[in-house]
Amino acid sequence: MSRTITTTDQKPKPRPDIVGGHTLSMFVNNQPGVLMRICQVFARRAYNIDSLVVSQGRDPRFSRLTLGISGDPAGLDQIIKQCEKLIDVIHCTEHTPADAVVRDMVLVKLRVIGGEKRTEVLQIIEHFGGKTVDLSETSMIARIEGDSEKVDAAIRLLSGYDIIETVRTGKVVMARGEQPT
Amino acid sequence: MAKEQLDGAQALIKTLDELGIEYIFGYSGGAALPIFDALETVKTNIKFVLTRHEQGATHMADGYARATGKPAVVLVTSGPGAGNTITGIMTAQMDSVPMIIITGQQVTWMLGKDAFQEADIFGITIPVVKHNYLVRNTNDLPRIAREAYHIATTGRPGPVLIDVPKNVSQSPFTGDLDSEIDLPGYHPEAGFDFDEEAVEQAARLIALSKRPVILAGHGAMIAGAEKELMHLATTLGCPVTNTLLGKGVFPETHALSLGMLGMHGTAYANKAMCECDLILNVGSRFDDRIIGQADKFGANAKIIHIDIDPSEMNKMIRPDVQIVGDAKAVLKSLNQHIKPLPTADWLEHLDGYKKKFPLSYKKQGGLRMQQVLDELFEVTEGKAIVTTDVGQHQMWAAQFYRNDESWKWISSGGAGTMGFGFPAAIGAQFACPDDIVVAVVGDGGFQMTLCELATAVINKLPVIILVLNNHYLGMVRQWQELFFDNRESGVDLDGNPDFAKLAEAYGATGLTVKRPADVRKRLEEALELRKNGPVLINAECIKTENVFPMIPAGAALEDMLIEPPKYKMEKPVGST
Repeated sequence: MSRTITTTDQKPKPRPDIVGGHTLSMFVNNQPGVLMRICQVFARRAYNIDSLVVSQGRDPRFSRLTLGISGDPAGLDQIIKQCEKLIDVIHCTEHTPADAVVRDMVLVKLRVIGGEKRTEVLQIIEHFGGKTVDLSETSMIARIEGDSEKVDAAIRLLSGYDIIETVRTGKVVMARGEQPT
Repeated sequence: MAKEQLDGAQALIKTLDELGIEYIFGYSGGAALPIFDALETVKTNIKFVLTRHEQGATHMADGYARATGKPAVVLVTSGPGAGNTITGIMTAQMDSVPMIIITGQQVTWMLGKDAFQEADIFGITIPVVKHNYLVRNTNDLPRIAREAYHIATTGRPGPVLIDVPKNVSQSPFTGDLDSEIDLPGYHPEAGFDFDEEAVEQAARLIALSKRPVILAGHGAMIAGAEKELMHLATTLGCPVTNTLLGKGVFPETHALSLGMLGMHGTAYANKAMCECDLILNVGSRFDDRIIGQADKFGANAKIIHIDIDPSEMNKMIRPDVQIVGDAKAVLKSLNQHIKPLPTADWLEHLDGYKKKFPLSYKKQGGLRMQQVLDELFEVTEGKAIVTTDVGQHQMWAAQFYRNDESWKWISSGGAGTMGFGFPAAIGAQFACPDDIVVAVVGDGGFQMTLCELATAVINKLPVIILVLNNHYLGMVRQWQELFFDNRESGVDLDGNPDFAKLAEAYGATGLTVKRPADVRKRLEEALELRKNGPVLINAECIKTENVFPMIPAGAALEDMLIEPPKYKMEKPVGST
């Protein structure tokens, strides 16, 4: 029996007490344990981390975190302040699509047998400005990037075909204009 | 001459000495061996106190810090040694007490391999510290010790833990002993750069008030704002209530003082909070014991909140004006904008409440804790350092032992830690050898940390341990009586040892008092005998007395019970 668990792309049912779609950007010390401190702040207050992107900053002493979170909207200000209170967090800010550029990327692995299906899938990928990054006789991997809604839409359309798996980066944001993130 | 070669542990101890650390409370063990050895090989002014349990060490450091404002160090070994410090660290964190905890750790290459006495104390303590470290390089030790001290003592103080693997502490130190701190994400100086516009806005609100109340908290004490607070209150003619941890920051015997507010605060303080038109909070975090039902708190009042911690703003209560800053600096600025208020009617009204609902107790029918505390206040002229555990005795001590000075009331507030009072008294007595230090403890809490009797006796500390013994976990029993149809469950401490004999067995003086008429005599005796070392007074009190006033948890302040209710109570909606 296969020990691989495949996931579907179904969204969980909406809950009235949870509001998703908040994006936080944090600049933090690049050290072991920092992520643990941050995650505890969210877990304690029943926030879910929907996406998390961490990478070393241009100055290797620091890292940049982008978190997509959902939870009680009344507590959001509190949680930002609690994060800023951590000694290892240099700053933490919330961003909205209005004030920041948002980018997300997904790799979709599809089982594609037969020319007709293959053409349809390629058309969808092309429509979303994506690329095929791997191709075999029976499968392909598509790469699609854009804001999160666009990536959602691409996955939704491709769901009509035989998706083997998807891997998504989670969103990264950058403040628009000269404003630092 | 060749430069003396230090190892990491020696560099660490040298740095702690330079930072002015006076006391290390601790318990030895394998992974901490190099650090304990450095205590012997490095010449310092640091005094080491061997406790009988690691939890005791943390509470001693806590008591020391709450009596002086300065941090002490806790030094323990890895695994269970470190694990035993958690309650004490949490207690310090909840009450913003500076503390530095150094834990020994397995060697770095064994971490994560379930090695002997290995525990991920870094991970375990993240939620209960202001900050913590797992040191991986020997040369980082002095910098980390300096950072820990800086973080623990500035801004909103708190505990900082440093986990030191054994190979890190025993490797040669080749770095710079004076290496500077590097904390790009920590800016306590922001507390002195507060919003002046908000201060002026606060002054405008104050000027419109006819029924103001100042709520003074621990933050005012930490900032050293006593003079500014007195100037503010007396200039405005504004009554002052204080939190449990704020006891002493404004003299409780002052005519403008309303004493402590909250769940078991004075009736007049709570009534003032209900009827006032302005609440000026100086350094209190609007704890749930104070505000009761949050949406009804200060419903008819303007609220000004001064706190150094930005994350306290809007957490429990949404103030009309928020000032994030050091209480002393903010009050200094605020005091330049204020004029006397027409509060004569308001003060007279509150004086009426003081006369109508005084704190009182029955003097017949057996010995009551209230009487013991009342007499303790008189015999010591209110000048003793009083530490407490948690429960009925704590609330009565808060009510009847009125404090006129800061740093003399040492009680576990936020965490509500039983077993805190006695070791905290030991720490306070080390800090203030010339003061009278009284540990007011219940028979429940005392038994959690009474092994520290050995520490107190060996160090010949003149500490007085006042065990208010009702053979019950009295506060829980009170709740069961009021809210659970008097069904007692898990509260009976029948079978307590004879505490006076127990004290004698440790080499302390043990006294017992049973009759109300003997209380004063025993207290005076204890004050005399304490020159020979610790004195324990076992006060056998009546079993079923309840603390009033009382605001059931989560209820609004106006629902306060001033005396025992004559009807069946609903279970409280609030936490505990």
